[in-house]
Amino acid sequence: MTKMTECKKLISLVSRNTKCYFKDKFTFFMSLITPLILFVLFVTFLRNVYIESFEKAFSENNLTVNTKIINGCAGAWLMSSILSVSAVTVAFCSNTIMIDDKISSSVNDFRVSPVKGTTISLSYFISNFFVTFTVLIVVMLIGHIYLACIGWYIPVGDTFMIIVDIICGILFGTLLAGVVESFISTQGGLSAVSTLVSSMYGFISGAYMPISSFAKGLQNILSLLPGTYGMGIMRNHYLNGYMQAFTEELRAASVEESVIDSVINGIRDSFDANLYSFGTKIPLGAMYGILLGTCALLLVAYVAIVIIKNKKK
Amino acid sequence: MIIEIENLKKSFKDVKAVDGISFNVREGELFAFLGVNGAGKSTTINIISGILAKDGGTVKICGNNIETDADKIKSELGIVFQNSVLDKKMSAYDNLKSRAGLYGIFGKAFKARLEELTALLDLKDILKRPVNKLSGGQKRRIDIARALFHNPKVLILDEPTTGLDPKTRITVWSVVEKLRKEQGLTVFLTTHYMEEAATADYVVILDGGKKVAEGTPHDLKNAYASDFVKLYKHIDEAEKYFAALGLNVKRERDFVEIEVNSTAQVGQFFADKPEFFTDFEVLKGNMDNVFLKVTGKDLKEV
Repeated sequence: MTKMTECKKLISLVSRNTKCYFKDKFTFFMSLITPLILFVLFVTFLRNVYIESFEKAFSENNLTVNTKIINGCAGAWLMSSILSVSAVTVAFCSNTIMIDDKISSSVNDFRVSPVKGTTISLSYFISNFFVTFTVLIVVMLIGHIYLACIGWYIPVGDTFMIIVDIICGILFGTLLAGVVESFISTQGGLSAVSTLVSSMYGFISGAYMPISSFAKGLQNILSLLPGTYGMGIMRNHYLNGYMQAFTEELRAASVEESVIDSVINGIRDSFDANLYSFGTKIPLGAMYGILLGTCALLLVAYVAIVIIKNKKK
Repeated sequence: MIIEIENLKKSFKDVKAVDGISFNVREGELFAFLGVNGAGKSTTINIISGILAKDGGTVKICGNNIETDADKIKSELGIVFQNSVLDKKMSAYDNLKSRAGLYGIFGKAFKARLEELTALLDLKDILKRPVNKLSGGQKRRIDIARALFHNPKVLILDEPTTGLDPKTRITVWSVVEKLRKEQGLTVFLTTHYMEEAATADYVVILDGGKKVAEGTPHDLKNAYASDFVKLYKHIDEAEKYFAALGLNVKRERDFVEIEVNSTAQVGQFFADKPEFFTDFEVLKGNMDNVFLKVTGKDLKEV
């Protein structure tokens, strides 16, 4: 009964936090516009670079494939970048309610009520999750309309898995934001951290440049970061359909299976669908394991911080 | 006693914010905590309400110890913070709904209590409006409704009228008085307005984290504040006469004010010099004088 009441209190807080966020139209607009700007910049400036890279992977082997698949593949690669980066950066930028409540002392209003400190903190995490999920789903829909226009080769199963990957990425992003931002109590601090994360995360997770293009030492270091695997799972489900389409095209052109395997594997390696840590290929299941294991650790850290902070007051 | 505080201590690094304060609050009374900023009022309230942990001493509310029964205590307290903690872009209704949820009040129970408070605090016309579109007085009424939603036994008002215009202050006080009369609510007030403290049943004056005086306003005035007599005739002669007696005399344009030890002393002067007392008035000392005497600080200047 008590647990049920605490659960209802949590739902009430989550509902309040989420309503507060969406009532502030400007903040929501800014959270949404950031990944959309990234999308426009990618399409405007980087799309052709990646189309040329994909074309080069085939032309080096004297092969040609349908331009529509290549265009779609470049677009899908960009979408996987945008969504996996935004899962973290939007989560950091959208956690404004937690900081606002500290500034306005609204959090004291919650503390004087018979609600556990962990319930209050958990409510910020869950509402930030919902907000980030909403933003990313909107971005995903826009991106998928774009992909449908230029070349859609993503199977239904992978489309579903992309949503799962978004959820995993947001879980990681919101927990990381919750841990880092629990030490912040000013809007200035939030802006500084959000700016830092926004500018750095795209590079260290291989969103802006494939990790495979970095030096070996740096590749190994980046393979130790769990965010890399958030990117990896997304790359897999966005690119699988296109790799399959390439394979079918090449088979139809009677290209040898060994050549097809070599080319497709080369593309997967070059564009981070295959990830390696110190020379060992990380299977897709292990990528999920690393990401979700990190989420579990972050959750433990988040709860521990809340308990310690409550005791310190 | 509904609140029992014994030897309460709280420090922030080297600063002793609350230094061994003890006091009791009776059920149904208006209890006032008087002090300048930094006196320890808000720290004490934050400890009572569970926002801050104490370093030492005991806190009992409604017989419950704060260390072992914090949740029970939280259910008995309603707090109106100095600065409104309402969500400004949300409607008054949504604010009340989300806060009621924190006390496990949902569905029919919420609707029933909302109806009671709407009638009590006259909220009908403002419930659907966003908080940032409400006037200062309307916001305060929602703040009070929020604090009362779970039917607390004690209402804590942390400087509830600071920054409000005189009309809104009157509105807030009429609501508080109504609650005391109709619901027998215990009100724990912190303030630096003397006129608010003067209406309390019991006053504790804090200074530098310590209790420097306590009692009813009447007792405090008797103990610490001098009385004054104002004479409006023969003021030149009266000024010289009372100054020669070594009394504290203040000359104004059309009267002379003499500080006296008691009203009885005025009777003696009246008998000795009846010609000075053809037009006069005797004034009791007020809480400003009490505060100045016990802390050495004038609240109007700090």
